Amino acid sequence: MLTIDQATYDAIVAHAKRDHPDEACGIVAGPEGSDRPVRFVPMVNAAGSPTFYEFDSAELLALYKEMWANDEEPVIVYHSHTATEAYPSRTDIGLASEPTAHYVLVSTREHGNSEGAVEFRSFRIVDGEVTEEDVSVVEVLPA
Amino acid sequence: MAIEVRIPTIMRTYTDGAKAVTGGGATLGDLIDDLESSHPGIKERLVDGEDLRRFVNIYVNDEDVRFTGGLETGLSDGDQVVVLPAVAGG
Repeated sequence: MLTIDQATYDAIVAHAKRDHPDEACGIVAGPEGSDRPVRFVPMVNAAGSPTFYEFDSAELLALYKEMWANDEEPVIVYHSHTATEAYPSRTDIGLASEPTAHYVLVSTREHGNSEGAVEFRSFRIVDGEVTEEDVSVVEVLPA
Repeated sequence: MAIEVRIPTIMRTYTDGAKAVTGGGATLGDLIDDLESSHPGIKERLVDGEDLRRFVNIYVNDEDVRFTGGLETGLSDGDQVVVLPAVAGG
């Protein structure tokens, strides 16, 4: 199960709405091994595309160096789908490279940039196998 | 010649869980061959035929090797090499 606080959840949704119709992407970092997504890091989609996302290579390195220095890891890797459901695509599955991360998918297909509900789902992707998990949104993460 | 190579989580199955390993070589291609001899299977994850894999980033001293000659990128003792899978999808 993914446990996420309301403010981080809202920040991911806001990013997805803002970048619609292009895909939005980013991570939420947390202390290594803690499974606590505490540091929201929106990234630029270097592909600038409605059907693809990719972190810029220099920004990717800077991000990982920062996480290594802080003993953090990517607890959540998120991106949006803007015309399809919030489920990992074949490409998402093929390129998933963080076996310990929660892969969060947000779909903005219903309301685009406007207010309104989005689909927000979370998955584990390990060795090409997708497992959906429950999402629990809390006011504040438990200590 | 000792060059430290930072290994991403997903490839640590080839390094017995080690986050970093050392290897040697005059070019990145040589270094990868050297890593393959001590960590069989890792080359396949980095290289596709004659080229680096499209969705694996390799940096030498913080420079993406795509801009410094790819597998021909020259290496010196003490260089820092980082391997990071692209964070990408559709």
